[in-house]
Amino acid sequence: MKPAAFEHLRPDTAEALAGLLSPEAKLIAGGQSLGPMLNLRLARPARLVGLSAIRALGEIREQDGMIVLGAAVTHARIEDGDSPVPLPPMLRHVARGIAYRAVRNRGTIGGSLAHADPAADWITALTALGARVVLRSAAGTERRVAMPGFVRGAYRTALSPDEIIAAVEIPAAMRDAIWGYDKICRKVGEFADAIGALALHPPTGHVRLVAGATGAAPLVLAEAGAELARSARHPAIPALRDALAAALPGTDPVKLRLLATSLSRAIAKVLPA
Amino acid sequence: MAKPAPPEQQQGTGEMTSGIGARVLRKEDARHLNGKAQFVGDIKIAGCWEAAFVRSPLAHARIRGVTKPAGFEDRVFTMEDMPDLRPIRCESTLPSYKVSDYPALATDKVRHVGECIAICIAPTRAEAEDLAEAVTVDLAPLPVLADIDTALAPGAARLHEDWDDNLFLTTRHDGDLSGAKARAAVVVERSFETARQAMNPMEGKGVLARWDHRADQLVVHTSTQVPHLIRTGLSDCLGLDQAQVRVIAPDVGGGFGYKCVLQPEELSVSWVARKTGRAIRWTEDRREHLTAGANTRQHRYKLTAYADGEGRLLGIDADIWVDIGAYSVWPFTACLEAAQAGGNLPGPYDLGAYACRTWSVATNKPGFTPYRGVARPGVCFAMELTMDAIARAVGKDPLEVRCLNLVPGAAMPYTNVTGKFYDSGDYPAAARAAADMIGAGNFAARKAAAAAEGRLIGLGYACFTEQSAHGTKVFAAWGLPLVPGYEQATVKLAPSGAVEVRSGNHSFGQGLETAIAQVACDWLKLDISRVKVTMGDTALTPYSTGAYASRGMVMAGGAVSKAAEELARRLRIHGAHLLQCAPEDTEIRGGAVWNGQASASFAEIAAAWYLHPDRLPDDVDTAGLEVTEGYKPAIDTGLFTYATHAAIVEVDPESGRTEILDYVIFEDCGRRVNPMILEGQSYGGAAQGIGSALFEETLYDSAAQPLTSTLADYILPGPAELPHFRLGHSETPSPYSRHGIKGVGEGAAIAPAGAIVNAINDALAPLGAELTRIPATPHRVLGAILEADAAREAAE
Ligand SMILES: Cc1cc2nc3c(=O)[nH]c(=O)nc-3n(C[C@H](O)[C@H](O)[C@H](O)COP(=O)(O)OP(=O)(O)OC[C@H]3O[C@@H](n4cnc5c(N)ncnc54)[C@H](O)[C@@H]3O)c2cc1C
Repeated sequence: MKPAAFEHLRPDTAEALAGLLSPEAKLIAGGQSLGPMLNLRLARPARLVGLSAIRALGEIREQDGMIVLGAAVTHARIEDGDSPVPLPPMLRHVARGIAYRAVRNRGTIGGSLAHADPAADWITALTALGARVVLRSAAGTERRVAMPGFVRGAYRTALSPDEIIAAVEIPAAMRDAIWGYDKICRKVGEFADAIGALALHPPTGHVRLVAGATGAAPLVLAEAGAELARSARHPAIPALRDALAAALPGTDPVKLRLLATSLSRAIAKVLPA
Repeated sequence: MAKPAPPEQQQGTGEMTSGIGARVLRKEDARHLNGKAQFVGDIKIAGCWEAAFVRSPLAHARIRGVTKPAGFEDRVFTMEDMPDLRPIRCESTLPSYKVSDYPALATDKVRHVGECIAICIAPTRAEAEDLAEAVTVDLAPLPVLADIDTALAPGAARLHEDWDDNLFLTTRHDGDLSGAKARAAVVVERSFETARQAMNPMEGKGVLARWDHRADQLVVHTSTQVPHLIRTGLSDCLGLDQAQVRVIAPDVGGGFGYKCVLQPEELSVSWVARKTGRAIRWTEDRREHLTAGANTRQHRYKLTAYADGEGRLLGIDADIWVDIGAYSVWPFTACLEAAQAGGNLPGPYDLGAYACRTWSVATNKPGFTPYRGVARPGVCFAMELTMDAIARAVGKDPLEVRCLNLVPGAAMPYTNVTGKFYDSGDYPAAARAAADMIGAGNFAARKAAAAAEGRLIGLGYACFTEQSAHGTKVFAAWGLPLVPGYEQATVKLAPSGAVEVRSGNHSFGQGLETAIAQVACDWLKLDISRVKVTMGDTALTPYSTGAYASRGMVMAGGAVSKAAEELARRLRIHGAHLLQCAPEDTEIRGGAVWNGQASASFAEIAAAWYLHPDRLPDDVDTAGLEVTEGYKPAIDTGLFTYATHAAIVEVDPESGRTEILDYVIFEDCGRRVNPMILEGQSYGGAAQGIGSALFEETLYDSAAQPLTSTLADYILPGPAELPHFRLGHSETPSPYSRHGIKGVGEGAAIAPAGAIVNAINDALAPLGAELTRIPATPHRVLGAILEADAAREAAE
């Protein structure tokens, strides 16, 4: 299990990086998803362009009411709260549940989003928090895509070939969000079989109830979310299951049950069942 | 049968820090913990190249052609290049057995995904993999036998064309069940299934071969449990005299049975090393292991049990199918698993009547290899779930039903319905002790309290015997081409007064290196730091068939014991001469021979023997201070270790997850040589058993493509998934072995699936769900609950 030969470059400025983007080049951040794919020779880029030497991509700051996390910020830094500005508690909680420490030391938030494994944590957690992704093209133009829209399906995103993820922006108000997050997995550090995520911020009216690890993009349950915010009542599991079944036709009953359970447990952190 | 008195248990006394029974730290741990051990992958030889294999992407296909990349013809080898290399051919004397030729590289057909087709060599592994990718293989797909049913269906394609069906072997045990049927108050019928698994030693296979011109020998460093057997296998297949083959097993990172058979890669790597004159190494990677190495555990059962109204077993009727895969491994054959399954199903129970038929089915999967516990994890699972089903049917506590049926101490020694000779022990006592440890007495209250909180908890037991160190007659009856008998070991006093022990058995994580040193210390009364152990090198050690079947401690330990005893006798003779007294008036203590207050240290005796023979009498016995002795236990049928495991689990009915709240093992393995090593063996074995119970499974699609080819898909339990094991012991020395030792290496892997799934079923009983298949994944648990829900709704 050795990768096919490749050239490895590590630019140290955004400008140098822009010059290296090409269809034959593949970005590598922490390598925690790409590494195995290289070793299995499922990915065979001629050129690997590393992001870890570009300082700006590792920065965390606050700007215009947004917490801005550089794409190359590692899960471990988020877990540790190693940041000049306070991070929303839910972020730190989610980071702690990703893989195990060795993976978190290298794996990055941008790499996780770009990879868009349907069972991964960030795509679901950041959807609940109303985050948006900052995409930057080789020409230097930036656009922002809000989270539910960024993930187009399993391993599919809104990234175009000449773009990178530069940063993730999370509304600073989310520091005060009321939240619940539940991940069902077979063993500690595994990818999820089901994720439920809920973030509420009454002052701004933010309500997001999200089912993750559905096999596709995270599923925002807008109606159920609005209803629980309005009634302040924990929905029954069968009701959640019915909502999921309607949104995810063809899903097997065991998976539906798992998704309903994790949603219910996420909600229970906020509203007792 | 009268119990012979064990003369070897009458030994001299003296202070003892490292002898039998001492909790000494393992000698090998320092090098492992410091990263200084030497595995095949650590060996550095100048000019050594690495090998990679072209492996079959299809499960069943005819090979139309293999094309080597132009310019690299001398770096890629197929079977066509190796007409002199014989296939692995495992004969058996069992009637109905069919032989499969297992070529080192596929010839006309491929029979499982991952089968080797060509070997490619290059200075680095990455380059060798590049070469392997550049080889084109033209395959014509054949109908795939992905499972037992497909392989046995009328008109199924043939895996081996010269056979008239897809069966390696069928066996029957035709007991008369008419009486049991007539008297039965309850009849329990169940079908059970266990998953195919990969053994996953931390270190996979590895082999480094080179031709040593000075010795005119092929030297093969290989990660094996059985170096002397591999030497025989290699010389047979390569057509070399055994004198021209030296096998060295260096540090080995776990074996579990995976490394007790001749590997096709050992053959092709050796052939290429000889042909090219280069040192060649191949290191198995995890993907190769999880696909081409998915070769064990897969059984299916149909059981009918007859019992009286009290739950007393009257008879069992069993059909057992084993998914053998494509080839018979050497030397343990494709038969061992089913033969053991049929023979061991009655387990520790006093069973009146027994009938059993087994089918060893050939399918398009890697060839079945015996794994820690060999067949018994499957039969224990089937039998122990049946015992619980009987208990439910008669409305009694599962522990009581077990105790009613377990062979009692008073009946020992006891010959069971399949002719197994249980040498000693008290099986019900172990079951009760485990039940006491886990708090069975107040479990009902605990369960009710949990239920009041809406939690489902359950208690489960599993009892078993572990046949260890079974010898000649047992293996001969299984028809094996290679039958273990006795075992030799050498114990030597070195000129410095230190002791050297040499054994052809091997230590690969199970602590044998330390344990056999302790046996030597037991006779020679010195600290273990003064004992140097050499194992695993056919050039340096006496012949041994190796480490498997829980035989290492009994056999190698027994041989070391005899050799050390004889060395002690000789030391007393020479020591007595130096002390000017009679040998009878001496004793050995603290690394010296003593007469009253006077002593001659081993170093002084060694100095006299090696350097100053003038200090010894003219008529000295020249036999010397290097002793090789052989050993076999007083019986050939094995020493039976036994245990009961008890588990308390909580099942989360919403997620299907099982959490082990408490886990108890009460075991009797005769005399414990090093209790700490025994504990380690118990933890490790039970961890693997929990893997079988809850996590591990090689999944295939209908084309027999493995779907679990990385550790992201093949789930191994980690520390967070394992309980804190609690252990209890009794010590019933075997009357038939040196020091009363029984083997114990496999045991703890046998029972967890039975105990845990019984506990799960106990927890699920209120929901009307029952599991009969492992691993009991959350998906299966939830599926069973949803099914029970649906059945209940349909009934309402
Ligand atoms: C054993 C193990 C367990 C794991 N468990 C979990 C888990 O429980 N939950 C979970 O969520 N994840 C889990 N992961 C995945 C882990 O979180 C990875 O860190 C993450 O998926 C990828 O991040 P990375 O920085 O390593 O990306 P890389 O592997 O370097 O890259 C991944 C992909 O993203 C692209 N990419 C990287 N950075 C950028 C960028 N800035 N812009 C555009 N494209 C980019 C790369 O080209 C590549 O295609 C696990 C991984 C392992 C090895």
